[in-house]
Amino acid sequence: MSATAPLTLGHFHGGIHMPDHKAESTTQPVAAVKIPPQLILPLQQHIGAPAKAVVSAGEHVLKGQLIAAASGRVSAPIHAPTSGVISAIEDHLVPHSSGLSARCIIIDTDGRDEWAELPPPIDDFTSADNAVLIERIRESGIVGLGGATFPSSIKMEARNNSIDTLIINAAECEPYITCDDMLMREQADQIVSGIRIIQHILGAKRCLIGIEDNKPEAIKSMSAAVAAASLQHTDVVTVPTLYPSGGERQLTLLLTGKEVPSHGIPANIGIVCQNVGTVYAIADAVLKGRPLISRIVTITGEGVAQPQNVYSLIGTSAGELVSQAGGYTGKANQLICGGPMMGYSMPTDEVPVTKGVNCLLVASEQDCPPPEPATACIRCGKCAEACPAQLLPQQLYWHSRSRNFDKAQDYHLFDCIECGCCSHVCPSHIQLVHYYRFAKTQIWSKEKEKIKADHARQRHEARVARLERIAAERKARMRKKKAVLKSKKGGGDSAKKAVIAAAVKRAAAKKSAAMAATDSNQSATE
Amino acid sequence: MIIAIVTIAALATLFGLLLGYAAMRFHVEGDPIADQIDKLLPQTQCGQCGHPGCRPYANAIANGEDDINRCAPGGEATIIALADLLGRDPVPMDEGIDEKAPSVALIIEKECIGCTLCIQACPVDAILGAAKQMHTVIERECTGCELCLPPCPVECIVMIPIEEGIGNWIWPYPDNDHRDLSLSREAL
Ligand code: SF4
Ligand code: SF4
Ligand code: SF4
Ligand code: SF4
Repeated sequence: MSATAPLTLGHFHGGIHMPDHKAESTTQPVAAVKIPPQLILPLQQHIGAPAKAVVSAGEHVLKGQLIAAASGRVSAPIHAPTSGVISAIEDHLVPHSSGLSARCIIIDTDGRDEWAELPPPIDDFTSADNAVLIERIRESGIVGLGGATFPSSIKMEARNNSIDTLIINAAECEPYITCDDMLMREQADQIVSGIRIIQHILGAKRCLIGIEDNKPEAIKSMSAAVAAASLQHTDVVTVPTLYPSGGERQLTLLLTGKEVPSHGIPANIGIVCQNVGTVYAIADAVLKGRPLISRIVTITGEGVAQPQNVYSLIGTSAGELVSQAGGYTGKANQLICGGPMMGYSMPTDEVPVTKGVNCLLVASEQDCPPPEPATACIRCGKCAEACPAQLLPQQLYWHSRSRNFDKAQDYHLFDCIECGCCSHVCPSHIQLVHYYRFAKTQIWSKEKEKIKADHARQRHEARVARLERIAAERKARMRKKKAVLKSKKGGGDSAKKAVIAAAVKRAAAKKSAAMAATDSNQSATE
Repeated sequence: MIIAIVTIAALATLFGLLLGYAAMRFHVEGDPIADQIDKLLPQTQCGQCGHPGCRPYANAIANGEDDINRCAPGGEATIIALADLLGRDPVPMDEGIDEKAPSVALIIEKECIGCTLCIQACPVDAILGAAKQMHTVIERECTGCELCLPPCPVECIVMIPIEEGIGNWIWPYPDNDHRDLSLSREAL
């Protein structure tokens, strides 16, 4: 049964303690936001292939209606968050560290908030087929709401009952962010329903709900809900507050003492990890037939008047949400999507909230002080002490900086979770994570180029081979013709001469006949 | 003394035979060096290096007939990779060759007269069409070699640079002297 006593089984390397700044945004209940005049829905709000729009400009859509379909297995559909008219499908700024635009569906809302016909609720999910439940999760557009945005249905797919533990990631370790905390305080019952659905699909023997000990209310409400539902083999586990305990690998290690293999996923060791917000969305989809069209977003920082959490429709602009939270204060210095450690600064507040956006941090100078100028690495080793992935950040930095990407990969660049612990502790103020992101995107782009080049080589080789074959065939035909001619030549020179002479004679006869004809014609006209 | 000489001679013969056998048994078809060079070339097949495609250029480098700085689409990165592979010093790009931004060809379809000349020029069969029919470029397959441009009698093929989007964006090389992610208060 549930246990609220600290029950940490494992321990991860490194990590850092920081002021958590969670109190600011948890003073009031999660507020509903009024429907904004316009919603901007990027086609790519998840990891994988962008969704394909299935509506066109001018079309009227209803709340919950499919507006973009998944385009492949690793992809997720998108639904209209409210009723309105599609005003355009065009490029618009999206929340992305590049600050670039991408294709979006833009809805001018009509304020009526009229629902489309939804798929029927699956109340009795315990007797429903797994495939039906997974399909429901897939068609509801649910992706990892902790920020990873990986399509959730894929994590649920059959693994021959090899999953023995379900981990609910409710650690929420990054400072300032409180959306999961508030969700657990207010919606513990539905989260528990979601857990039962996932447990049923995975057939996992036990479930561990990991919550950091700086969220006593959430721990209390989750424990009560688990007890009330008399969930078997489900424990609320309090973990010490230490960033980044909410990293998938770190939490898995904390709760089970097991290491996820390098380049592997938790499923390799019989574990599936789901963010608590995702669990809530799954319950919504299965029990109410509702697709993922809204989420809780934390709006916080000294730059906003009333820090709080809100139920935001997906596609609402950051500016709209900030004004819901009382607007900017004079201290607003930058607008960060996400938290201070892993978030990125956005160029304007016209950027929409997408499925993966959990927090808008309107930071003051104090919240996020400008980084001090970097100096040379003094090889103090502090970064390695702090790294929760047990990497050697200094080596990674060295090789990324000198664009020695193979070497960086030898030092497990791709095991880096970009938590920012190393940059945070570096006495030389080196923005280490920037170098890793630079190196990672460079490597991805090189890999893509290589795949493209290999493909082009194949096509070119195929073409060359085809042209050669055609040329060879033509040659063969010519040779055959020649051979045929030669065999006709069999009669020798005299025969050939006779043939030619005959032809000449024929031609001459024809000619004289023609002449005669014209002559007689002429005389007739005379 | 004699025994030592005989032993060594016998060993030498033995190893000689072994090596000879290995050379025959594990004979590698083709030219491994040229293969490796070819793997580093961008496969645009544009011929700007003065060879009719990447593979011939790879052969020329392998045979020491050409330098490693002739491939425009590959640019500096390819020169460095080739220098690495061949254990040479990188050299600057050959003069008169400019690196170009990657792009793909686009046929302005309403102007196309369906002469099929571009199909015959395309090194990777990226153009679809039949005589007197409108032609089109399969964007996915186009390497941006520009070989289809000169043959087109109505000049209806244009090159479209591949735009930077969130899919192919690369984090800028960190520049710590100023805040690349900062936002001035006025912008809020
Ligand atoms: S913490 Fe900074 S200065 Fe120290 S070893 Fe790491 S990169 Fe170098
Ligand atoms: S950002 Fe990467 S290298 Fe730095 S501490 Fe985190 S996991 Fe380690
Ligand atoms: S210049 Fe063109 S043909 Fe020559 S190697 Fe480079 S891509 Fe290939
Ligand atoms: S060469 Fe130009 S006109 Fe001829 S088929 Fe190609 S695009 Fe059309």
